[in-house]
Amino acid sequence: MKRHKIAGWLLGAGLVAVTNVVSSGVAWAQGTPTQPTAAQGSGSATLDAVRQRGEVRCGVVGTVTGFAQPDSQGVMRGMDADVCRALAAAALGDGEKVKFIVTTAQNRFTALQSGEVDLLARVTTWTLGREANLGTLFTGINFYDGTGFLVKKSLNVKAAKELAGATICVQPGTSTELAIADFFRANAIKWTPILIQDVAEIRAAFLSGRCDAYSTDASGLASFRFTQGDKKDDFILLPDIISKEPLGPLVRKGDDKWFDLVRWTLFAMLAAEEFGVTTANVDAMSESKIPDIRRLVGLEGDLGKALGVDNKFVVTILKAVGNYGEVWERNITPMGIPRGINNLWNKGGLHYAPPMR
Amino acid sequence: MTSVTTTLQPRVAPRRRIRLSWSDLRGIIWQVLIVGAILGVIWYLVDNTNRNLTARRIATGFAFLDRVAGIPIGESLIDYDPSIHTYGRALFVGVLNTLRVSIIGIVLATVLGTLIGIGRLSTNWLLAKITAAYVEVMRDIPLLLHLLFWYTLLQQFPGPRLALHIGDSVFLSNRGIGVPIVQWHDAFSWMALACGLGCAVIGLLRRLARRRQEATGHRPLLWPLSVGLLIVVPGLVWFGLGAPFVVERPVLRGFNFQGGATLSPEFAALLIGLVIYTAAFIAEIVRSGIQAVPRGQWEASRALGLRRGAILRRIVLPQALRLIIPPMTSQYLNITKNSSLAVAIGYQDLVSIANTTLNQTGQAIEGIAYIMAVYLTISLSISLFMNYYNARSALTER
Repeated sequence: MKRHKIAGWLLGAGLVAVTNVVSSGVAWAQGTPTQPTAAQGSGSATLDAVRQRGEVRCGVVGTVTGFAQPDSQGVMRGMDADVCRALAAAALGDGEKVKFIVTTAQNRFTALQSGEVDLLARVTTWTLGREANLGTLFTGINFYDGTGFLVKKSLNVKAAKELAGATICVQPGTSTELAIADFFRANAIKWTPILIQDVAEIRAAFLSGRCDAYSTDASGLASFRFTQGDKKDDFILLPDIISKEPLGPLVRKGDDKWFDLVRWTLFAMLAAEEFGVTTANVDAMSESKIPDIRRLVGLEGDLGKALGVDNKFVVTILKAVGNYGEVWERNITPMGIPRGINNLWNKGGLHYAPPMR
Repeated sequence: MTSVTTTLQPRVAPRRRIRLSWSDLRGIIWQVLIVGAILGVIWYLVDNTNRNLTARRIATGFAFLDRVAGIPIGESLIDYDPSIHTYGRALFVGVLNTLRVSIIGIVLATVLGTLIGIGRLSTNWLLAKITAAYVEVMRDIPLLLHLLFWYTLLQQFPGPRLALHIGDSVFLSNRGIGVPIVQWHDAFSWMALACGLGCAVIGLLRRLARRRQEATGHRPLLWPLSVGLLIVVPGLVWFGLGAPFVVERPVLRGFNFQGGATLSPEFAALLIGLVIYTAAFIAEIVRSGIQAVPRGQWEASRALGLRRGAILRRIVLPQALRLIIPPMTSQYLNITKNSSLAVAIGYQDLVSIANTTLNQTGQAIEGIAYIMAVYLTISLSISLFMNYYNARSALTER
């Protein structure tokens, strides 16, 4: 009897240990990668790890055309994918040294926290809660978005407020989910949510008519509509944009140098567009007399060195993916999304890079 | 023989002097070492987790349960409004949704499984083969495929504006099955009370009747009185309170049906999938349980002149039950845990809501701990009840 009791205790303790491994695996598996290591390193544990590994591990969505989706050759295409490539170009001098890791809406933050990915470029909205509670830092905004609604044309709905009593398909664990709840609450409209985690399943539910409307970031809706091919005119995107959804890449807290590199990689792409530096003309820019451009392409100053990378990092970025405008042209324009507020500040948009000096 | 049993005294163990042999000591040392090692590992894991969480400034603790949730929930048994209610309540809605599908699933799977299990033993060739095919096919298909199949199928019904309907009260569309319900009235509570009282009285009468049967060999006729107590009395109560009866039909208003009760496609798909899948396993348990009852029991019952149905009900099934209950407990636990696959088809069970919660709050460890605690509680409750039932129906032997 006594033996059995002891065996029971052992079993119980073992179970506790196992569950702890499962639940703390998040933090445990990676030890403490955020602390600076050797003195001769770059001062960024993540950058050192990336260099040792020879590739940037980048968390992407993998299912949204225009942001990150594999093409017919299996190459990840899209704006987020290009942010990853730009970063690899800056950190390793080669834009192709990226390992794309597809994350879901629900596991993305855990993937970042645990160190499974070096950065998350996954159509993720910058919110206070995510930065303050999740141990993450948003490095900037690469797409100004907002929550929209896609409905079937046959439904004859012209505005979001006409959706009273409608069933709406939403992905759980997104900021969309909260934005819609807020919107209908503010307008005292009753609605029924259908929440399905898998993007393919939720789209199937919408197409089959299980939901009257499908809601996510307007860019995602435009991208989904675009993938419907000939039938895309059966769907309309309602004009209402009911929330601000600034999307941008984010990193773990605790590695400021890495944060700097990701942030200034984004700014460099914007600055390049502003100064008219493109993939095609970047080599010719070595003749440029304009100080801003000379600094940008590494002819003067030590901008790269300050970030712990090569001074010509912007040249590598531009050769890998081009400037922000080129990335937009390649990935977003085919879906028919106008540049709008995503234009540069001096062209009526919101994108504004601080001085690179 | 009889005189011996009456004089038996409980045997007292002889007192033993405590003496540690080397093997005893070795045993103790090993146990201390193992327990120490395990405690060390636990301490390391907890400490490491806490340190890393602090280093990354990730919020910890269960304070988020009191924060307003803001996450919408499709179907809920209790009142839930994302703009007022907290994460704690949202998670409770999830627990109730899990319990709802589990309990209904357990009942339906047991009924279906038992019928199929008995069917496999039928002397009717066709019935035996069909049920055998059912078992072999259904249990070989992964549950997730079952769920996706049924969910896709249920989405193929026409939209609400073209819903299939029976008269103007039952509607079948891709929004679910809309059925009319009777509007609640206080009179119904009184009727329920009358019914409950009736049941209690019948229970008492049955005990009296049994005693009479044991004493005299005659069992008094009870059913006319039972019918009176269960139907006539509540009926009179209903009549006395003004015979309220207002039917609320589902009506197409705007996008969806309003009013009546709706069985959502998500719930229906999950329930159908769980029941059909688990019934195949239960059928096998029932069949093996029945076959394990010795043939002699059948032959003896037949010799007494009992019919097949009566033999099954009165002789074989009660004995088979003892073999059926323990593996059945596992199946019930399986239904409960498998219901977490609901997340794939949009039924908002505990796991689905907890996942959303941990994603919105970022507190994964707390969220997973909550899920584990709830499943552990539900599973242990089922086990406890089934073990109690098993002990009660076990053959009393020395």
